[in-house]
Amino acid sequence: MPVDIATVKKIASLARIAITEDEAARIAPELDNLMGWVEQLSEVDTSSVEPMTAVIPNHLRLRDDVVTDGGVRDAVLSNAPQAEHGFFAVPKVIE
Amino acid sequence: MTDLTDLGIREIRDGVRDGAFRAREVADAFIGNVSRAKALNAFLVETPDHAIAAADAADTARDAGETLKPLAGVPIGMKDLFCTKGVATTAASHILEGFIPPYESTVSQKLWDAGAGMLGKLNLDQFAMGSSNETSYFGNVISPWKRNDGGNAPLAPGGSSGGSSTAVSARLCPGATGTDTGGSIRQPAAFTGISGIKPTYGRCSRWGVVAFASSLDQAGPMARDVRDCAILLENMAGFDAKDSTSLKLDVPKWEAGLSNSLAGKKIGIPREYRVEGMPEEIEALWQQGIAWARDAGAEIVEVSLPHTKYALPAYYIIAPAEASSNLARYDGVRYGLRDLPEGAGLQDMYAATRADGFGDEVKRRILIGTYVLSAGFYDAYYTQAQKVRTLIARDFEIAFTQCDLLLTPTAPSAAFALGEKNADPLAMYLNDVFTVPSSLAGLPAMSIPGGLDKQGLPLGLQIIGRPLDEQGVLNAGLAIEERAGFRARPEAWW
Repeated sequence: MPVDIATVKKIASLARIAITEDEAARIAPELDNLMGWVEQLSEVDTSSVEPMTAVIPNHLRLRDDVVTDGGVRDAVLSNAPQAEHGFFAVPKVIE
Repeated sequence: MTDLTDLGIREIRDGVRDGAFRAREVADAFIGNVSRAKALNAFLVETPDHAIAAADAADTARDAGETLKPLAGVPIGMKDLFCTKGVATTAASHILEGFIPPYESTVSQKLWDAGAGMLGKLNLDQFAMGSSNETSYFGNVISPWKRNDGGNAPLAPGGSSGGSSTAVSARLCPGATGTDTGGSIRQPAAFTGISGIKPTYGRCSRWGVVAFASSLDQAGPMARDVRDCAILLENMAGFDAKDSTSLKLDVPKWEAGLSNSLAGKKIGIPREYRVEGMPEEIEALWQQGIAWARDAGAEIVEVSLPHTKYALPAYYIIAPAEASSNLARYDGVRYGLRDLPEGAGLQDMYAATRADGFGDEVKRRILIGTYVLSAGFYDAYYTQAQKVRTLIARDFEIAFTQCDLLLTPTAPSAAFALGEKNADPLAMYLNDVFTVPSSLAGLPAMSIPGGLDKQGLPLGLQIIGRPLDEQGVLNAGLAIEERAGFRARPEAWW
Protein backbone atom coordinates (compact mmCIF):
# COMPACT_ATOMS: atom_id res chain seq x y z
CA MET A 1 0.00 0.00 0.00
CA PRO A 2 1.52 3.33 -1.00
CA VAL A 3 2.53 5.79 1.71
CA ASP A 4 1.11 9.16 0.69
CA ILE A 5 1.18 12.60 2.27
CA ALA A 6 -2.08 12.04 4.16
CA THR A 7 -0.68 8.80 5.64
CA VAL A 8 2.50 10.54 6.74
CA LYS A 9 0.49 13.26 8.46
CA LYS A 10 -1.63 10.65 10.20
CA ILE A 11 1.31 8.61 11.52
CA ALA A 12 3.15 11.79 12.54
CA SER A 13 0.10 12.73 14.55
CA LEU A 14 0.01 9.25 16.14
CA ALA A 15 3.72 9.60 16.96
CA ARG A 16 3.17 13.11 18.39
CA ILE A 17 5.65 14.74 16.03
CA ALA A 18 4.59 18.08 14.57
CA ILE A 19 5.11 18.09 10.83
CA THR A 20 4.69 20.74 8.12
CA GLU A 21 3.07 20.19 4.75
CA ASP A 22 6.50 20.48 3.09
CA GLU A 23 8.06 17.92 5.42
CA ALA A 24 5.21 15.49 4.83
CA ALA A 25 5.66 15.91 1.08
CA ARG A 26 9.40 15.21 1.41
CA ILE A 27 9.02 12.23 3.74
CA ALA A 28 6.17 10.47 1.90
CA PRO A 29 8.21 9.19 -1.08
CA GLU A 30 11.07 8.17 1.25
CA LEU A 31 8.79 6.08 3.42
CA ASP A 32 6.98 4.75 0.38
CA ASN A 33 10.30 3.58 -1.04
CA LEU A 34 11.29 1.92 2.26
CA MET A 35 7.93 0.23 2.75
CA GLY A 36 8.10 -1.02 -0.85
CA TRP A 37 11.46 -2.56 -0.05
CA VAL A 38 10.30 -4.33 3.14
CA GLU A 39 7.29 -5.61 1.19
CA GLN A 40 9.51 -8.51 0.00
CA LEU A 41 8.95 -10.15 3.39
CA SER A 42 5.46 -11.09 2.26
CA GLU A 43 6.95 -13.63 -0.19
CA VAL A 44 8.32 -15.73 2.72
CA ASP A 45 6.07 -18.66 3.66
CA THR A 46 5.62 -18.31 7.41
CA SER A 47 2.41 -20.32 7.71
CA SER A 48 3.96 -22.83 10.12
CA VAL A 49 6.22 -20.42 12.02
CA GLU A 50 5.70 -18.74 15.38
CA PRO A 51 6.77 -15.11 15.68
CA MET A 52 9.94 -14.74 17.73
CA THR A 53 9.47 -13.53 21.28
CA ALA A 54 12.95 -14.07 22.74
CA VAL A 55 16.24 -14.57 20.91
CA ILE A 56 17.82 -16.48 23.78
CA PRO A 57 15.51 -18.78 25.75
CA ASN A 58 15.12 -17.05 29.07
CA HIS A 59 12.44 -17.07 31.71
CA LEU A 60 11.24 -13.79 33.04
CA ARG A 61 12.00 -13.77 36.71
CA LEU A 62 9.61 -12.95 39.50
CA ARG A 63 10.80 -11.08 42.55
CA ASP A 64 9.22 -10.40 45.89
CA ASP A 65 6.58 -7.69 45.68
CA VAL A 66 8.37 -5.26 47.92
CA VAL A 67 9.65 -1.72 47.55
CA THR A 68 13.24 -1.85 46.27
CA ASP A 69 13.91 1.78 45.54
CA GLY A 70 12.46 5.21 46.12
CA GLY A 71 12.63 8.19 48.41
CA VAL A 72 14.57 10.09 45.79
CA ARG A 73 11.95 12.58 44.66
CA ASP A 74 14.36 15.43 44.13
CA ALA A 75 16.71 13.26 42.05
CA VAL A 76 13.75 12.14 39.93
CA LEU A 77 12.73 15.75 39.35
CA SER A 78 16.26 17.06 38.86
CA ASN A 79 16.10 16.91 35.07
CA ALA A 80 12.53 18.14 34.61
CA PRO A 81 12.15 21.13 32.30
CA GLN A 82 9.61 22.45 34.82
CA ALA A 83 9.14 21.06 38.33
CA GLU A 84 6.92 22.75 40.89
CA HIS A 85 6.01 21.84 44.47
CA GLY A 86 7.59 18.40 44.08
CA PHE A 87 5.73 17.57 40.87
CA PHE A 88 6.32 17.59 37.13
CA ALA A 89 4.49 20.60 35.73
CA VAL A 90 2.72 20.61 32.35
CA PRO A 91 0.46 23.08 30.57
CA LYS A 92 -3.15 23.12 31.74
CA VAL A 93 -4.90 19.96 30.53
CA ILE A 94 -8.46 20.56 31.76
CA GLU A 95 -10.29 23.74 30.85
CA MET B 1 60.65 6.07 25.97
CA THR B 2 57.51 4.34 24.77
CA ASP B 3 54.59 6.58 23.94
CA LEU B 4 52.13 5.32 26.53
CA THR B 5 49.20 5.98 24.17
CA ASP B 6 50.57 3.28 21.86
CA LEU B 7 49.81 0.69 24.55
CA GLY B 8 46.71 -1.45 24.67
CA ILE B 9 44.59 -2.45 27.66
CA ARG B 10 46.67 -5.47 28.65
CA GLU B 11 49.98 -3.63 28.34
CA ILE B 12 48.69 -0.75 30.47
CA ARG B 13 47.22 -3.06 33.10
CA ASP B 14 50.41 -5.14 33.33
CA GLY B 15 52.71 -2.12 33.16
CA VAL B 16 50.95 -0.36 36.01
CA ARG B 17 50.94 -3.56 38.07
CA ASP B 18 54.63 -4.22 37.43
CA GLY B 19 55.65 -0.62 38.04
CA ALA B 20 56.93 0.03 34.49
CA PHE B 21 55.03 3.32 34.63
CA ARG B 22 52.46 5.07 36.81
CA ALA B 23 48.75 4.99 36.08
CA ARG B 24 48.76 8.77 36.34
CA GLU B 25 51.29 9.01 33.49
CA VAL B 26 49.03 6.87 31.33
CA ALA B 27 45.96 8.96 32.14
CA ASP B 28 47.83 12.21 31.46
CA ALA B 29 49.12 10.91 28.12
CA PHE B 30 45.65 9.94 26.89
CA ILE B 31 44.08 13.15 28.26
CA GLY B 32 46.65 15.04 26.20
CA ASN B 33 45.75 13.11 23.06
CA VAL B 34 42.05 13.71 23.64
CA SER B 35 42.56 17.44 24.08
CA ARG B 36 44.54 17.67 20.83
CA ALA B 37 42.04 15.75 18.71
CA LYS B 38 39.09 18.15 18.58
CA ALA B 39 39.11 17.96 14.77
CA LEU B 40 37.91 14.35 14.97
CA ASN B 41 34.86 15.34 17.07
CA ALA B 42 34.98 11.96 18.80
CA PHE B 43 34.21 13.22 22.31
CA LEU B 44 31.03 15.01 23.34
CA VAL B 45 32.22 15.51 26.91
CA GLU B 46 35.76 15.22 28.25
CA THR B 47 36.11 13.98 31.82
CA PRO B 48 39.83 14.19 32.66
CA ASP B 49 39.07 14.40 36.39
CA HIS B 50 37.36 11.01 36.29
CA ALA B 51 40.34 9.41 34.54
CA ILE B 52 42.82 11.07 36.92
CA ALA B 53 40.90 10.00 40.03
CA ALA B 54 40.87 6.37 38.85
CA ALA B 55 44.57 6.54 37.98
CA ASP B 56 45.51 8.02 41.33
CA ALA B 57 43.48 5.32 43.08
CA ALA B 58 45.43 2.68 41.14
CA ASP B 59 48.78 4.26 42.01
CA THR B 60 47.82 4.59 45.67
CA ALA B 61 46.70 0.96 45.82
CA ARG B 62 49.96 -0.19 44.25
CA ASP B 63 52.04 1.93 46.64
CA ALA B 64 50.17 0.35 49.54
CA GLY B 65 50.98 -3.11 48.20
CA GLU B 66 47.34 -3.97 47.56
CA THR B 67 46.19 -6.37 44.87
CA LEU B 68 45.17 -4.22 41.94
CA LYS B 69 41.71 -4.34 40.40
CA PRO B 70 41.39 -5.97 36.97
CA LEU B 71 41.38 -2.67 35.08
CA ALA B 72 43.41 -0.58 37.52
CA GLY B 73 45.10 2.27 35.69
CA VAL B 74 43.23 1.75 32.42
CA PRO B 75 41.47 4.85 31.06
CA ILE B 76 38.65 4.23 28.58
CA GLY B 77 36.10 6.06 26.48
CA MET B 78 32.37 5.67 27.17
CA LYS B 79 29.85 5.75 24.34
CA ASP B 80 27.36 8.49 25.16
CA LEU B 81 24.51 6.01 25.14
CA PHE B 82 25.49 4.84 28.66
CA CYS B 83 24.06 6.92 31.47
CA THR B 84 26.85 8.23 33.69
CA LYS B 85 25.97 9.72 37.04
CA GLY B 86 26.53 13.46 37.10
CA VAL B 87 27.95 13.53 33.55
CA ALA B 88 25.80 14.79 30.66
CA THR B 89 24.31 11.96 28.60
CA THR B 90 22.59 12.92 25.34
CA ALA B 91 22.69 9.89 23.00
CA ALA B 92 23.93 12.60 20.57
CA SER B 93 20.42 14.06 20.48
CA HIS B 94 19.01 17.54 20.97
CA ILE B 95 16.05 16.19 22.92
CA LEU B 96 18.34 14.90 25.71
CA GLU B 97 20.59 17.95 25.67
CA GLY B 98 21.34 18.97 29.23
CA PHE B 99 20.28 15.62 30.72
CA ILE B 100 22.44 14.77 33.73
CA PRO B 101 21.66 11.21 34.84
CA PRO B 102 21.19 10.82 38.59
CA TYR B 103 22.27 7.17 38.20
CA GLU B 104 24.98 5.07 36.57
CA SER B 105 24.40 2.36 33.96
CA THR B 106 25.23 -1.16 35.12
CA VAL B 107 27.92 -1.67 32.47
CA SER B 108 29.74 1.59 33.21
CA GLN B 109 29.48 0.94 36.97
CA LYS B 110 31.08 -2.48 36.49
CA LEU B 111 33.96 -0.88 34.60
CA TRP B 112 34.52 1.72 37.32
CA ASP B 113 34.29 -0.99 39.98
CA ALA B 114 37.04 -2.82 38.06
CA GLY B 115 39.27 0.24 38.39
CA ALA B 116 38.87 1.81 34.95
CA GLY B 117 38.68 5.58 34.55
CA MET B 118 36.67 7.60 32.05
CA LEU B 119 38.32 9.95 29.57
CA GLY B 120 34.98 11.19 28.32
CA LYS B 121 31.69 10.50 26.57
CA LEU B 122 31.95 9.46 22.96
CA ASN B 123 29.94 10.80 20.04
CA LEU B 124 27.61 8.46 18.14
CA ASP B 125 24.77 8.41 15.68
CA GLN B 126 21.73 10.00 17.31
CA PHE B 127 20.07 7.36 19.53
CA ALA B 128 22.48 4.88 17.86
CA MET B 129 20.50 5.13 14.62
CA GLY B 130 22.95 5.28 11.74
CA SER B 131 25.91 3.58 10.09
CA SER B 132 28.19 6.56 9.50
CA ASN B 133 27.95 8.82 12.56
CA GLU B 134 26.31 11.49 10.41
CA THR B 135 23.09 11.66 12.44
CA SER B 136 24.62 13.08 15.63
CA TYR B 137 23.11 16.42 16.66
CA PHE B 138 26.62 17.46 17.65
CA GLY B 139 28.24 16.99 14.26
CA ASN B 140 29.90 14.17 12.36
CA VAL B 141 32.74 12.18 13.82
CA ILE B 142 35.63 12.16 11.34
CA SER B 143 37.56 8.95 10.82
CA PRO B 144 41.29 9.32 11.46
CA TRP B 145 41.90 7.34 8.26
CA LYS B 146 42.45 8.91 4.83
CA ARG B 147 42.44 7.34 1.39
CA ASN B 148 45.90 7.11 -0.11
CA ASP B 149 44.72 8.50 -3.46
CA GLY B 150 45.83 12.01 -2.58
CA GLY B 151 42.20 13.05 -2.07
CA ASN B 152 41.39 14.55 1.25
CA ALA B 153 37.78 13.41 1.61
CA PRO B 154 36.77 13.08 5.27
CA LEU B 155 35.71 9.49 5.82
CA ALA B 156 32.95 7.96 7.94
CA PRO B 157 34.16 6.17 11.08
CA GLY B 158 31.18 3.84 10.80
CA GLY B 159 28.21 3.87 13.10
CA SER B 160 26.63 4.03 15.36
CA SER B 161 29.69 3.66 17.64
CA GLY B 162 31.71 6.08 15.48
CA GLY B 163 33.15 8.11 18.34
CA SER B 164 34.35 4.87 19.92
CA SER B 165 35.95 3.56 16.73
CA THR B 166 37.66 6.85 15.94
CA ALA B 167 38.91 7.31 19.51
CA VAL B 168 40.45 3.83 19.73
CA SER B 169 41.91 3.97 16.23
CA ALA B 170 43.39 7.45 16.75
CA ARG B 171 44.97 6.47 20.11
CA LEU B 172 42.71 8.77 22.13
CA CYS B 173 41.88 5.82 24.38
CA PRO B 174 43.10 2.20 24.52
CA GLY B 175 39.55 0.86 24.54
CA ALA B 176 35.96 2.02 24.56
CA THR B 177 32.46 0.79 25.09
CA GLY B 178 30.13 0.36 22.16
CA THR B 179 26.60 -0.83 21.67
CA ASP B 180 25.37 -2.96 18.81
CA THR B 181 21.77 -3.19 17.63
CA GLY B 182 22.35 -4.19 14.00
CA GLY B 183 26.13 -3.89 13.65
CA SER B 184 27.00 -0.71 15.55
CA ILE B 185 30.12 -2.21 17.16
CA ARG B 186 31.33 -4.39 14.31
CA GLN B 187 30.94 -2.11 11.27
CA PRO B 188 32.72 0.89 12.86
CA ALA B 189 35.46 -1.45 14.13
CA ALA B 190 35.93 -2.74 10.57
CA PHE B 191 36.01 0.79 9.13
CA THR B 192 38.78 1.92 11.48
CA GLY B 193 41.03 -1.15 11.72
CA ILE B 194 40.21 -2.14 15.30
CA SER B 195 38.46 -5.07 16.99
CA GLY B 196 35.03 -5.20 18.60
CA ILE B 197 32.72 -7.88 19.92
CA LYS B 198 28.98 -7.94 20.41
CA PRO B 199 28.33 -10.68 22.98
CA THR B 200 25.29 -12.93 23.13
CA TYR B 201 22.09 -11.00 23.76
CA GLY B 202 21.65 -10.86 27.54
CA ARG B 203 25.34 -11.05 28.50
CA CYS B 204 25.62 -7.32 29.22
CA SER B 205 22.95 -5.49 31.16
CA ARG B 206 20.92 -2.94 29.22
CA TRP B 207 20.05 -1.06 32.43
CA GLY B 208 20.99 2.58 32.09
CA VAL B 209 21.71 2.30 28.37
CA VAL B 210 19.53 4.69 26.38
CA ALA B 211 17.16 2.27 24.62
CA PHE B 212 16.89 1.96 20.85
CA ALA B 213 15.51 -1.52 20.04
CA SER B 214 15.42 -3.50 23.27
CA SER B 215 15.27 -7.00 21.77
CA LEU B 216 18.49 -6.29 19.86
CA ASP B 217 20.55 -3.78 21.89
CA GLN B 218 23.76 -5.25 23.37
CA ALA B 219 26.80 -3.54 24.81
CA GLY B 220 30.31 -4.69 23.99
CA PRO B 221 33.92 -3.55 23.92
CA MET B 222 35.97 -1.98 21.13
CA ALA B 223 39.75 -2.13 21.40
CA ARG B 224 42.93 -2.65 19.42
CA ASP B 225 43.09 -6.40 19.64
CA VAL B 226 41.23 -9.54 20.59
CA ARG B 227 42.82 -9.94 24.00
CA ASP B 228 41.93 -6.40 24.99
CA CYS B 229 38.33 -7.04 23.93
CA ALA B 230 38.27 -10.18 26.11
CA ILE B 231 39.59 -8.22 29.10
CA LEU B 232 37.03 -5.45 28.73
CA LEU B 233 34.12 -7.79 28.08
CA GLU B 234 34.89 -9.75 31.25
CA ASN B 235 34.44 -6.52 33.15
CA MET B 236 31.24 -5.45 31.36
CA ALA B 237 29.21 -8.67 31.31
CA GLY B 238 27.27 -10.31 34.12
CA PHE B 239 23.82 -10.84 35.54
CA ASP B 240 21.79 -7.80 36.53
CA ALA B 241 18.42 -8.12 38.23
CA LYS B 242 17.51 -4.68 36.90
CA ASP B 243 17.42 -5.96 33.29
CA SER B 244 14.65 -8.53 32.75
CA THR B 245 16.51 -10.07 29.78
CA SER B 246 19.86 -10.30 31.57
CA LEU B 247 21.20 -13.87 31.55
CA LYS B 248 21.80 -15.39 34.97
CA LEU B 249 25.13 -16.95 34.15
CA ASP B 250 28.65 -16.67 35.48
CA VAL B 251 31.02 -14.58 33.41
CA PRO B 252 33.61 -16.90 31.84
CA LYS B 253 37.32 -16.13 32.17
CA TRP B 254 37.61 -15.24 28.51
CA GLU B 255 41.12 -13.83 28.69
CA ALA B 256 42.53 -16.87 30.50
CA GLY B 257 40.66 -19.12 28.06
CA LEU B 258 42.19 -17.59 24.94
CA SER B 259 43.72 -20.04 22.51
CA ASN B 260 45.01 -19.43 19.00
CA SER B 261 44.42 -22.99 17.84
CA LEU B 262 41.38 -23.89 15.78
CA ALA B 263 42.27 -27.58 15.67
CA GLY B 264 39.11 -29.67 15.64
CA LYS B 265 36.92 -26.64 14.85
CA LYS B 266 34.71 -26.45 11.82
CA ILE B 267 34.29 -23.02 10.30
CA GLY B 268 31.25 -22.44 8.13
CA ILE B 269 31.27 -20.16 5.10
CA PRO B 270 27.71 -19.01 4.37
CA ARG B 271 27.22 -18.90 0.64
CA GLU B 272 24.48 -16.25 0.83
CA TYR B 273 27.01 -13.68 2.09
CA ARG B 274 28.48 -13.38 -1.39
CA VAL B 275 26.44 -10.34 -2.40
CA GLU B 276 26.15 -8.65 -5.74
CA GLY B 277 28.39 -5.65 -6.24
CA MET B 278 30.70 -6.53 -3.36
CA PRO B 279 34.21 -5.25 -4.10
CA GLU B 280 36.68 -7.88 -5.26
CA GLU B 281 39.04 -6.90 -2.44
CA ILE B 282 36.49 -7.93 0.16
CA GLU B 283 36.01 -11.30 -1.51
CA ALA B 284 39.80 -11.65 -1.63
CA LEU B 285 40.14 -10.84 2.07
CA TRP B 286 37.41 -13.36 2.86
CA GLN B 287 39.36 -16.04 0.97
CA GLN B 288 42.49 -15.00 2.84
CA GLY B 289 40.59 -15.31 6.12
CA ILE B 290 39.52 -18.81 5.14
CA ALA B 291 43.14 -19.69 4.43
CA TRP B 292 44.22 -18.31 7.82
CA ALA B 293 41.51 -20.32 9.60
CA ARG B 294 42.64 -23.47 7.78
CA ASP B 295 46.25 -22.73 8.72
CA ALA B 296 45.15 -22.49 12.36
CA GLY B 297 43.78 -26.02 12.13
CA ALA B 298 40.15 -25.43 11.27
CA GLU B 299 38.17 -27.48 8.80
CA ILE B 300 36.25 -25.28 6.35
CA VAL B 301 32.70 -26.21 5.37
CA GLU B 302 30.25 -24.40 3.15
CA VAL B 303 26.90 -23.74 4.80
CA SER B 304 23.65 -22.10 3.78
CA LEU B 305 21.63 -19.43 5.59
CA PRO B 306 18.74 -19.27 3.13
CA HIS B 307 16.79 -16.40 4.70
CA THR B 308 19.75 -14.00 4.77
CA LYS B 309 18.27 -11.64 2.17
CA TYR B 310 15.22 -11.08 4.37
CA ALA B 311 17.23 -10.08 7.44
CA LEU B 312 17.56 -6.38 6.55
CA PRO B 313 13.90 -5.80 5.67
CA ALA B 314 12.85 -7.66 8.84
CA TYR B 315 15.30 -5.58 10.86
CA TYR B 316 13.92 -2.35 9.41
CA ILE B 317 10.49 -3.29 10.68
CA ILE B 318 11.44 -4.69 14.07
CA ALA B 319 14.02 -2.07 15.11
CA PRO B 320 11.89 0.98 14.17
CA ALA B 321 8.84 -0.62 15.81
CA GLU B 322 10.71 -1.02 19.08
CA ALA B 323 12.28 2.44 18.68
CA SER B 324 8.91 4.13 18.17
CA SER B 325 7.76 2.58 21.42
CA ASN B 326 10.99 3.25 23.38
CA LEU B 327 11.29 6.85 22.22
CA ALA B 328 7.72 7.67 23.27
CA ARG B 329 9.26 8.60 26.63
CA TYR B 330 10.72 11.83 25.23
CA ASP B 331 7.74 14.05 25.87
CA GLY B 332 9.19 17.24 27.34
CA VAL B 333 7.85 16.44 30.79
CA ARG B 334 10.40 14.50 32.80
CA TYR B 335 13.79 15.31 31.28
CA GLY B 336 15.44 16.90 28.31
CA LEU B 337 14.04 19.44 25.92
CA ARG B 338 10.65 21.11 26.22
CA ASP B 339 9.26 23.21 23.42
CA LEU B 340 6.13 25.03 24.56
CA PRO B 341 4.77 27.30 21.84
CA GLU B 342 2.83 30.35 23.04
CA GLY B 343 -0.60 29.26 24.25
CA ALA B 344 0.02 25.58 23.45
CA GLY B 345 -1.73 22.76 25.28
CA LEU B 346 -0.18 19.48 26.39
CA GLN B 347 -0.60 17.62 23.07
CA ASP B 348 0.90 20.54 21.14
CA MET B 349 3.80 20.62 23.57
CA TYR B 350 4.54 16.93 22.95
CA ALA B 351 4.42 17.40 19.18
CA ALA B 352 6.52 20.57 19.16
CA THR B 353 9.10 19.12 21.56
CA ARG B 354 9.51 15.95 19.51
CA ALA B 355 9.59 17.83 16.19
CA ASP B 356 12.34 20.08 17.48
CA GLY B 357 14.23 17.48 19.51
CA PHE B 358 14.59 14.52 17.13
CA GLY B 359 16.81 14.51 14.03
CA ASP B 360 15.61 13.43 10.59
CA GLU B 361 16.81 9.81 10.81
CA VAL B 362 15.27 9.34 14.26
CA LYS B 363 11.97 10.79 13.03
CA ARG B 364 12.09 8.54 9.98
CA ARG B 365 12.43 5.45 12.17
CA ILE B 366 9.76 6.56 14.64
CA LEU B 367 7.39 7.11 11.71
CA ILE B 368 8.20 3.73 10.15
CA GLY B 369 7.71 2.07 13.54
CA THR B 370 4.44 3.86 14.17
CA TYR B 371 3.25 2.88 10.71
CA VAL B 372 4.07 -0.84 10.98
CA LEU B 373 2.49 -1.05 14.43
CA SER B 374 -0.65 0.88 13.51
CA ALA B 375 -4.08 -0.72 13.38
CA GLY B 376 -4.57 -2.82 10.27
CA PHE B 377 -0.84 -3.13 9.47
CA TYR B 378 0.49 -4.85 12.60
CA ASP B 379 0.11 -8.44 11.37
CA ALA B 380 1.21 -7.78 7.80
CA TYR B 381 4.40 -6.05 8.88
CA TYR B 382 5.39 -6.61 12.50
CA THR B 383 4.11 -10.15 13.06
CA GLN B 384 5.44 -11.24 9.67
CA ALA B 385 8.85 -9.72 10.45
CA GLN B 386 8.99 -11.55 13.80
CA LYS B 387 8.14 -14.81 12.01
CA VAL B 388 10.91 -14.20 9.49
CA ARG B 389 13.17 -13.51 12.45
CA THR B 390 12.37 -16.99 13.75
CA LEU B 391 13.39 -18.42 10.37
CA ILE B 392 16.64 -16.45 10.37
CA ALA B 393 17.49 -17.76 13.86
CA ARG B 394 16.61 -21.27 12.68
CA ASP B 395 18.99 -20.91 9.72
CA PHE B 396 21.81 -20.29 12.19
CA GLU B 397 20.74 -23.21 14.40
CA ILE B 398 20.86 -25.56 11.43
CA ALA B 399 24.21 -24.17 10.25
CA PHE B 400 25.63 -24.73 13.74
CA THR B 401 24.85 -28.44 13.47
CA GLN B 402 27.41 -28.48 10.64
CA CYS B 403 30.02 -26.09 11.99
CA ASP B 404 31.19 -24.35 15.18
CA LEU B 405 31.70 -20.82 13.92
CA LEU B 406 30.94 -18.74 10.84
CA LEU B 407 33.41 -16.53 8.98
CA THR B 408 32.22 -13.64 6.81
CA PRO B 409 33.27 -10.13 5.84
CA THR B 410 32.07 -7.53 8.37
CA ALA B 411 30.80 -5.00 5.85
CA PRO B 412 30.31 -4.98 2.06
CA SER B 413 32.60 -1.95 1.64
CA ALA B 414 35.48 -0.09 3.24
CA ALA B 415 34.75 3.25 4.91
CA PHE B 416 32.89 5.59 2.58
CA ALA B 417 33.24 9.37 2.50
CA LEU B 418 31.00 11.48 4.68
CA GLY B 419 28.03 12.63 2.63
CA GLU B 420 28.46 9.84 0.09
CA LYS B 421 25.53 7.72 1.24
CA ASN B 422 23.28 9.92 3.34
CA ALA B 423 21.04 11.08 0.50
CA ASP B 424 19.51 7.61 0.23
CA PRO B 425 18.48 5.96 3.52
CA LEU B 426 18.22 2.56 1.86
CA ALA B 427 21.81 2.65 0.54
CA MET B 428 22.97 3.40 4.08
CA TYR B 429 20.90 0.57 5.58
CA LEU B 430 22.42 -1.94 3.13
CA ASN B 431 25.86 -1.41 4.68
CA ASP B 432 24.68 -3.55 7.62
CA VAL B 433 23.82 -6.55 5.44
CA PHE B 434 26.38 -8.88 7.08
CA THR B 435 25.93 -7.77 10.69
CA VAL B 436 22.14 -7.61 11.01
CA PRO B 437 21.33 -11.35 10.69
CA SER B 438 23.40 -12.37 13.74
CA SER B 439 21.86 -9.46 15.69
CA LEU B 440 18.38 -10.73 14.90
CA ALA B 441 19.45 -14.14 16.20
CA GLY B 442 21.12 -12.72 19.34
CA LEU B 443 24.45 -14.41 18.55
CA PRO B 444 27.93 -13.37 19.66
CA ALA B 445 29.85 -11.84 16.76
CA MET B 446 33.11 -9.98 16.42
CA SER B 447 34.98 -7.95 13.83
CA ILE B 448 38.75 -8.06 13.53
CA PRO B 449 40.91 -6.15 11.06
CA GLY B 450 42.14 -8.33 8.21
CA GLY B 451 43.96 -5.98 5.87
CA LEU B 452 43.84 -2.83 3.78
CA ASP B 453 42.14 -2.19 0.46
CA LYS B 454 43.86 -0.53 -2.53
CA GLN B 455 43.06 2.88 -1.11
CA GLY B 456 44.79 1.99 2.13
CA LEU B 457 41.60 1.62 4.16
CA PRO B 458 40.99 -1.18 6.71
CA LEU B 459 38.69 -4.12 6.00
CA GLY B 460 37.24 -6.35 8.68
CA LEU B 461 36.42 -10.03 9.00
CA GLN B 462 33.47 -11.14 11.09
CA ILE B 463 33.26 -14.27 13.23
CA ILE B 464 29.84 -15.41 14.43
CA GLY B 465 29.41 -18.04 17.13
CA ARG B 466 26.78 -20.14 18.84
CA PRO B 467 24.81 -18.55 21.66
CA LEU B 468 27.14 -18.03 24.67
CA ASP B 469 30.25 -19.14 22.75
CA GLU B 470 32.11 -15.85 23.05
CA GLN B 471 35.21 -17.93 23.83
CA GLY B 472 35.03 -19.67 20.46
CA VAL B 473 34.54 -16.35 18.70
CA LEU B 474 37.46 -14.73 20.54
CA ASN B 475 39.73 -17.70 19.88
CA ALA B 476 39.01 -17.67 16.17
CA GLY B 477 39.56 -13.92 16.25
CA LEU B 478 42.94 -14.44 17.89
CA ALA B 479 43.96 -17.11 15.39
CA ILE B 480 43.14 -14.81 12.48
CA GLU B 481 44.60 -11.74 14.16
CA GLU B 482 47.96 -13.47 14.61
CA ARG B 483 48.04 -14.50 10.97
CA ALA B 484 46.78 -11.20 9.58
CA GLY B 485 49.47 -9.30 11.48
CA PHE B 486 47.50 -6.07 10.99
CA ARG B 487 49.75 -3.22 12.12
CA ALA B 488 48.48 -0.34 9.97
CA ARG B 489 47.38 2.79 11.77
CA PRO B 490 46.22 6.19 10.62
CA GLU B 491 48.85 8.87 10.37
CA ALA B 492 48.01 11.79 12.66
CA TRP B 493 46.72 14.80 10.68
CA TRP B 494 44.41 16.16 13.36
